[in-house]
Amino acid sequence: MADKILKELTLKIWRQKDAKSKGQFETYKVNNISTGTSFLEMLDILNEQLINEGKEPVAFDHDCREGICGMCSLFIDGRAHGPDDDITTCQLHMRKFKDGATITIEPWRAGAFPIIKDLIVNRTAFEEILQSGGYISVNTGGIPDGNAIPISQDDAEEAMDAAACIGCGACVATCKNSSAMLFVSAKVSHLAKLPQGRVEAARRAKNMVAKMDELGFGNCTNTGACEVECPKGISIANIARLNREFLSAKIKD
Amino acid sequence: MSSFLGSSIGKKLIMSLSGLFLVLFVLVHLILNSFLMFDSTGELFNAGAHFMSLPIIRFGLQPVLAAGFLIHIIYSIILTLQNQKARPQKYATQNLSESSTWSSRNMFVLGGLVLVFIAMHLLHFFIPIQIHGNVHDDYQLVKELFTNGSTGLIYSGLYVVGAILLGLHLAHGFWSSFQSIGFSNTIWRARLEKLGYIYAIFIGAGFTTIPLYLHFFA
Ligand code: HEM
Ligand code: SF4
Ligand code: FES
Repeated sequence: MADKILKELTLKIWRQKDAKSKGQFETYKVNNISTGTSFLEMLDILNEQLINEGKEPVAFDHDCREGICGMCSLFIDGRAHGPDDDITTCQLHMRKFKDGATITIEPWRAGAFPIIKDLIVNRTAFEEILQSGGYISVNTGGIPDGNAIPISQDDAEEAMDAAACIGCGACVATCKNSSAMLFVSAKVSHLAKLPQGRVEAARRAKNMVAKMDELGFGNCTNTGACEVECPKGISIANIARLNREFLSAKIKD
Repeated sequence: MSSFLGSSIGKKLIMSLSGLFLVLFVLVHLILNSFLMFDSTGELFNAGAHFMSLPIIRFGLQPVLAAGFLIHIIYSIILTLQNQKARPQKYATQNLSESSTWSSRNMFVLGGLVLVFIAMHLLHFFIPIQIHGNVHDDYQLVKELFTNGSTGLIYSGLYVVGAILLGLHLAHGFWSSFQSIGFSNTIWRARLEKLGYIYAIFIGAGFTTIPLYLHFFA
């Protein structure tokens, strides 16, 4: 069956020249968009139109366009990654929108994620948190046997689930407190659940939380909005684990 | 230590422990208040109120309770201000209703309104009974507030509103306090949320029933 065509869409897009300027919404129209088009392709079409008109195209982040890199962002109609569940923006398709609709597109908004240009924000804060987590100890020498360290299936599954985090920042963008707890809890959990990561687990939890606080992310109030908007379905059970890891590490000090 | 209690999770720990302490207090308070409905002579309730005025309670437990409230309120203000600051520029449109409950997003507002209610409530009962100490029949004092001619219905209504606000605060607060101290996982979360709703409804409905019972049936 051929895809339907959305005859006209109105786009309200946040435009901002650079980090220092004050931004504002601009309104654009795009016509004849197939419902099979991805959301980012729709923005590509808009940008081509803008370039042909001699205007500045809209800057937005993207890379893999298959939901694995975490680069694409966008707050679409009031929701991180738009009106669909368990997806990144590059996996969002225009069939989720009605003909004639007005779509509001904003950048992630958080003090710790300053805007670089238009819809692109600086997520270096996440890298800084990762760096503060430090290393895991691995013995040098010959190649270790793959099954030398026994790990229960449950632990392996939970570690893998947490490791699915792609660092997109949707959790921070969604959270009413701009809290980075879901991201940090995923990063702490996927190592804490494995014996290789256990060695530095206490230090990792303390350092990453300290960095997160220092960078100005908000405090978690357990609303759970992050896990709903997370494209990788990271559970806030990880946040409970992070709280446990952090509190027990601090109490032991 | 300061890096512990000053950290985001440390502050949440304080929030959680003070909240759980208040959860326990509210339960005891409701049980004592229920005496109002089980003995129309007022003897049972008066005995309870008398016990609560004993010196060990007044000078031993009440300061702890006051401190619990104060800590809970001060930290709620610190956390909420920090959270406001973490997003200097707000979204033009944000739709959180699909991803979180209303209570969870309005804990500060709900808590603040509960505080307004508590202030009024202290004025009604705590000050005359415990501070002035010139009340002979506590049961009569309570009953009069809710049955007194033109104002009885208004006060009954205000107490019902207070009960509902507290219930809403607890509908999120109960399970949240366990999550904050790390006592939760995928299995326990469902249990704690259910238990939290049961507790919140019990508290909300309990404190709603008492003024209505006194107004209409006592
Ligand atoms: C009898 C009265 C109260 C009870 C039983 C109560 C109970 C609780 C509980 C159990 C929590 C959850 C703690 C956590 O998430 O770790 C909580 C959170 C909260 N309470 Fe209360 N509370 C009461 C009064 C108040 C008052 C008077 C205020 C404010 C003026 C307040 C403001 C807050 C706020 C803002 C939160 C959310 C904090 C956060 O999640 O970080 N509460 N409360
Ligand atoms: S936890 Fe989810 S929403 Fe947050 S950064 Fe990781 S993948 Fe994105
Ligand atoms: S562009 Fe890579 S996840 Fe969307």
